[in-house]
Amino acid sequence: MGATVATESTGQSWGGGTNKPLNASYGKMMMWFFILSDALTFSGFLGAYGLMRFKFIDSWPIADEVFTHFPFLHGVHAPMYYVALMTFILIFSSVTMVLAVDAGHQMNKKKVTFYMLLTIVGGGIFLGSQAWEWKNFINGSYGAVQLNDGKIVQFVDETGHQVTLESFAASSHSERVQHTKDKGLWFVEEAALTPVNLDQVMEGFQANSNITIRTELIDASTKKKTIIPRADAMKYLSEAKGVVKGANLEVNEYGKTLFADFFFFITGFHGFHVFSGVLINIIVFFNVIIGTYEKRGHYEMVEKVGLYWHFVDLVWVFVFTFFYLV
Amino acid sequence: MAAHAQEHKSHTKLIWKVFIILSVITLVEVVLGIIKPDALHLTKILGTSPLNIIFLVLTVVKAYYITWFFMHMADEKKNLRRSVVWTAVFLIIYLATLLLVEGSYINDVLGPLTKWSY
Repeated sequence: MGATVATESTGQSWGGGTNKPLNASYGKMMMWFFILSDALTFSGFLGAYGLMRFKFIDSWPIADEVFTHFPFLHGVHAPMYYVALMTFILIFSSVTMVLAVDAGHQMNKKKVTFYMLLTIVGGGIFLGSQAWEWKNFINGSYGAVQLNDGKIVQFVDETGHQVTLESFAASSHSERVQHTKDKGLWFVEEAALTPVNLDQVMEGFQANSNITIRTELIDASTKKKTIIPRADAMKYLSEAKGVVKGANLEVNEYGKTLFADFFFFITGFHGFHVFSGVLINIIVFFNVIIGTYEKRGHYEMVEKVGLYWHFVDLVWVFVFTFFYLV
Repeated sequence: MAAHAQEHKSHTKLIWKVFIILSVITLVEVVLGIIKPDALHLTKILGTSPLNIIFLVLTVVKAYYITWFFMHMADEKKNLRRSVVWTAVFLIIYLATLLLVEGSYINDVLGPLTKWSY
């Protein structure tokens, strides 16, 4: 075993003798400056998001209307609760990580193992939660209609609440079948068919007199989307291009496609950090078990991976603020 | 290393204290985010709503607690701390200011040209 386990280093990493600049070891200081540069990368992404959000400040999607799902509560409007839960999971896995670092300082192998395991589990739960959040966003909730110039129009009842397309669209049975490459033209692709098509939506809209539409434009005095009186609604709908359900990189039923692009990119980039953090945690966890750090005489590696893990939590604090709160 | 282990004896109390502080702040953010009191949400101060200012301040407070106590920045040498924190804070404020000012400007120019009635 001794041959495969790295033992106490000779302290030559700095190459300048035993003096430690700023009293930090080579690895720890490099981790700090990696975190600094990564923080600036995330700032660049969030800054770009801020630029686009200020550019479209009067028509940006309202987060409370986008993220409203909670597990086992179907059809219940629950904004914020799920993402709050995710935040707590990540903060808690940060706590177990720092407890592992603390136990490392006391050379308590058993406790380090236990807390590292909890941290890995917490990270796994967070990743699963994020996948669920993505799934809901991709599948969408109400469906909308896109106009020729790309704007999104959503349907509301007389109380101003959104209604699903399926709830009012005419159910004339369509013979339209999803085109796949194994049927007919193999070189032609087609986007997934929406549950209802535009004609059914239009027919249903005319048949249900209690339904009207709202545009992306935010009324500055109430901070709500502008509802168009039913009398004027047809002027908008005559421009309709197609039905939109859910969100992806090309279209977004909640409004600006840019919102979906930034959401997928920034939470995806953060999720990838969490994923690599979990992997590194697993490697360190097994090293703790086989006694690598016990032999080395210190648990500094746990401390370094801890720095990275806390940084991931730190980034989430900002993502949470900018995507869900402000 | 022995002396090092001694000075880190009982940090667990502090860790749980910081956890409680972070949880309370998050809870306050979530409650405010759900209720959105009109007096804070629909009024304007410093170019945005007071609610947004509160969220930003609370976020920075959370970032401080995570960096100082979870990442043990408080225990590092002053010069290491400054070289990391000041660099990040300065560059981020600089970048954010320019981008947000430009974003508002584009909105001022582009906004009136966007067609909202058909």
